[in-house]
Amino acid sequence: MKKISFSLNGEQRFVYITPNEILLDVLRYKMGTKSPKCGCDTGDCGACTILLNGKAVRSCLIFAVEVESQDIVTLEGISRDGLTPLQKALIEHNAFQCGYCAPGMILSATELINSNPHPGEEEIKEAISGNLCRCTGYQPVIDAIKHATKKH
Amino acid sequence: MEKLKYVGQSSVRIDGKEKVSGAALFTDDLEFGPDLLYAEIVEGPHAHAMINSIDTSEAENIPEVLCVVTGKDFPYNFGLYMKDRFIFAQDRVRFFGEQIAAVVARTPEAAKKAAKLVRVNYSPLPKVLSPVDAVKKDADLIHPDLKHYEHVPWFFPKPDSNIAHHRKIRKGDVEKGFAEADYVLDDTYEVPRYAHCAIEYHAAVAKYDHSGRLTVWASSQSPHTQRNLFASALAPMGITHNDVRVIAPHVGGGFGSKAGVTMEIIAAAIATKVKGHPVKVLWNREREFYNTYQRLGVTANLKVGVKKDGRITALHHELYWDAGAYVEYGANVVNAVGLSAIGPYRVDNASIDSYCVYTNLPPGGPYRGFGYSEFLFGLESHMERIARHLGIDPVEIRRRNAIKAGDLTAYGARMNPNGLQQAIDAVEKEIRWEKKLVSKDPDIAIGKGFSLFWKAPAMPPNTSSSCFLKFNEDASVNLLVSGMDIGQGFLTVMAQIAAEVLSVPVFKIRTENPDTDRNPYEWQTVASHVTWGCGNAVKLAAVDARNQILALVSRTHYFPVETLFLEDEQVKCMTRPDFSLPLKDFVIAGIQMEDGTFKGGPIIGRGVFMPEYASTKANPETSQGGHPNVHYTVGAAAAIIEIDRRTGKVKVKKIVEAVDCGKAINPDLVKGQITGGILQGISTVLYEEMKFDHRAKMLNPNFTDYKIPTSLDLPDEVVPIIIEVPEPDGPYGARGMGEHTMIPVAPMIANAIEDALGIRIRSMPITSEKICLAILDRQKND
Ligand code: FES
Ligand code: FES
Repeated sequence: MKKISFSLNGEQRFVYITPNEILLDVLRYKMGTKSPKCGCDTGDCGACTILLNGKAVRSCLIFAVEVESQDIVTLEGISRDGLTPLQKALIEHNAFQCGYCAPGMILSATELINSNPHPGEEEIKEAISGNLCRCTGYQPVIDAIKHATKKH
Repeated sequence: MEKLKYVGQSSVRIDGKEKVSGAALFTDDLEFGPDLLYAEIVEGPHAHAMINSIDTSEAENIPEVLCVVTGKDFPYNFGLYMKDRFIFAQDRVRFFGEQIAAVVARTPEAAKKAAKLVRVNYSPLPKVLSPVDAVKKDADLIHPDLKHYEHVPWFFPKPDSNIAHHRKIRKGDVEKGFAEADYVLDDTYEVPRYAHCAIEYHAAVAKYDHSGRLTVWASSQSPHTQRNLFASALAPMGITHNDVRVIAPHVGGGFGSKAGVTMEIIAAAIATKVKGHPVKVLWNREREFYNTYQRLGVTANLKVGVKKDGRITALHHELYWDAGAYVEYGANVVNAVGLSAIGPYRVDNASIDSYCVYTNLPPGGPYRGFGYSEFLFGLESHMERIARHLGIDPVEIRRRNAIKAGDLTAYGARMNPNGLQQAIDAVEKEIRWEKKLVSKDPDIAIGKGFSLFWKAPAMPPNTSSSCFLKFNEDASVNLLVSGMDIGQGFLTVMAQIAAEVLSVPVFKIRTENPDTDRNPYEWQTVASHVTWGCGNAVKLAAVDARNQILALVSRTHYFPVETLFLEDEQVKCMTRPDFSLPLKDFVIAGIQMEDGTFKGGPIIGRGVFMPEYASTKANPETSQGGHPNVHYTVGAAAAIIEIDRRTGKVKVKKIVEAVDCGKAINPDLVKGQITGGILQGISTVLYEEMKFDHRAKMLNPNFTDYKIPTSLDLPDEVVPIIIEVPEPDGPYGARGMGEHTMIPVAPMIANAIEDALGIRIRSMPITSEKICLAILDRQKND
């Protein structure tokens, strides 16, 4: 067992792991952070998306040892100080159905908005193209992101 | 007409905040403490084989392994409509990957390691992979015990064959109808198997505690049905309904895959062997594909006769369903189609033979659309071809034959009120059907396609829903129901119905996914029936509560009860405009009288709904005489596509879909079903394809090789249209529409492809490769 420490949603945390442990499992089963979901384990679905140093990455493809001293944000971290305009728009648009893809989808969109506050429709589609959703047909999610990022 | 305040509004989902904030918990998100055990399944590597022996000794010696269980521990069969399924394989395996045994250990790693050490000795048997082969006289039997299986009275298995059920329709005089026809089109259509692909895996955690209580937490569409099936399967161990409790957290998509009972029973059963410990069974993406349910495949022979003007004189539909290794649920898909394979048309002379055939492939079961997508692929392709042959407009031929309220269905009951004609008109107009589109680019072909659809809920005739409703001190409400919000917005819609009756805002109504100990009975969240069925129960419960409130105020304030009404969380009186009494003042505390005593007490409503006119009692040779379907939901859709002749790639430009949901309780959620269902439909016709190898092992059980659409694969435009011809017994006129939205997509795309290229493709999926090959084939023949 190796002790690693990193920032999780703004708080410095440590955890004991073996070198082969996957970040997604460590977050979910050892650190109580349940918003990243598992939908494939092979990098295909995006349900496990988190922000690693601000970049949206798939936590099912990352070994936990790799995040030593890094900065991780999950959906819990984003929601802590009230909902963001993006989250509010997603609610207003009834964008999600089952909501299982939501944590990953929201982090992918958050990364986009952080670097590109007023993205076009194609840029939005591109940004969430790694997040599979079987329920919504994506359009309501895209519409909500558009709404949250439109120029006033 | 009654003016509605909450029903008909696009309220935001009551679970919206939970889902976008990360607060929503799914089964595998729940904590069970350090005593949690993990189970790993041992799978059979044969599609059909006898099990000679199982040696678990090596696995049992692995540290941290508590036990290894096999079929011998649970010699019980179970099933929803026919008890042909086993918790673990008994003497034989019937599909590749079937569960043989499970290892229960302290850690997932130990369980996995030990599972590899379970030694099973098999004698392979010939496997039967196509329904057409399986019905041949000399076919090997997959279930030699078929004649002994218990089943519902409306199934007709053929003993000593692979036919688990045969639903027959005989209506009118089919021979005469074909003799009168000016044109008869006879052809075969093939629809393969598909996977649901909910993003959340199946997950179940079960605990059999030291008092004999069996609690199961499961990602489920069917908590009460699961309780029922667990209790009846495990009854020989002394477990009763009263001992079993099912708790259903949020569900990450179902589409039918989490209906009935599949892997959940493994958790329930093995928990009884590790008393006192919670034990988790978590599926993975591979197993999602091959060991839950798959959508059934079908080979459909369809013969339709018409007069010159396109009117149908006779129809014969013969469907051979590839129902898989176990059909306890899938046989009802076959039954539903057997009753409805005339499509949304008036057909006076019809015969249908729908055969449920066992094969050595994964169990077929419920999937959004419940067989209707499959048979309508053929029927709606057929209608288009007939129209073209006769030189009639494809929309017009449908309009002429469309079923109307009062017409006889295939089984002789009357068709319910419906807006099929309105739907046809609305879609025709919005897609600008008459306008011929031509591409400027010679490599691009443009086509338009049309399709109708219909579907009825397929349910036992005594399917029921119920509701408890209780007020809190602030006049907020808890609604207790046992339908599941699987994403469709069920909980929000129930809250809107209660809000309407009680004049309490939607946001003050809390309703959550159920716990079978606390919430009253619901059959299952399937068949697109909960808005209608459970909606009725909720409305009745709210009316019951309202009646109690008004009776109480009448008693304490001496107003005639018929002058009292609810408005904005208050009781008001028609004859006394100055009077108002806030609900929060008395719905818990009661109303104080002059003498200091209190009247009333907590307001609690109850509602129960069962369609008392439904019946499956009919002549088995003709299916005439019963009322098996409560109603049909109908609609129409059209598509414009572009095809690149060089690559065969199809781009969907526009889709218009009109659905008659009776009353859109929440229009935004209805539209969400349309947007989502259309993409799922596009996916089945253009992208998804299962591959099996020579052993009948599925080769692509993952999202890398089994493609479902991403945000880059959307149609350019989707126009949802809501038609509202009320259902007489629906809450505010509502009927279901969730499954229906994907049904017309495959045939209308096939029709648009024919329109664009003059090529008719009669098998799904219609991949670019298939289109290219068809283009090359035609060039060769020209
Ligand atoms: S679980 Fe990581 S991409 Fe699917
Ligand atoms: S809302 Fe269900 S997977 Fe996206």
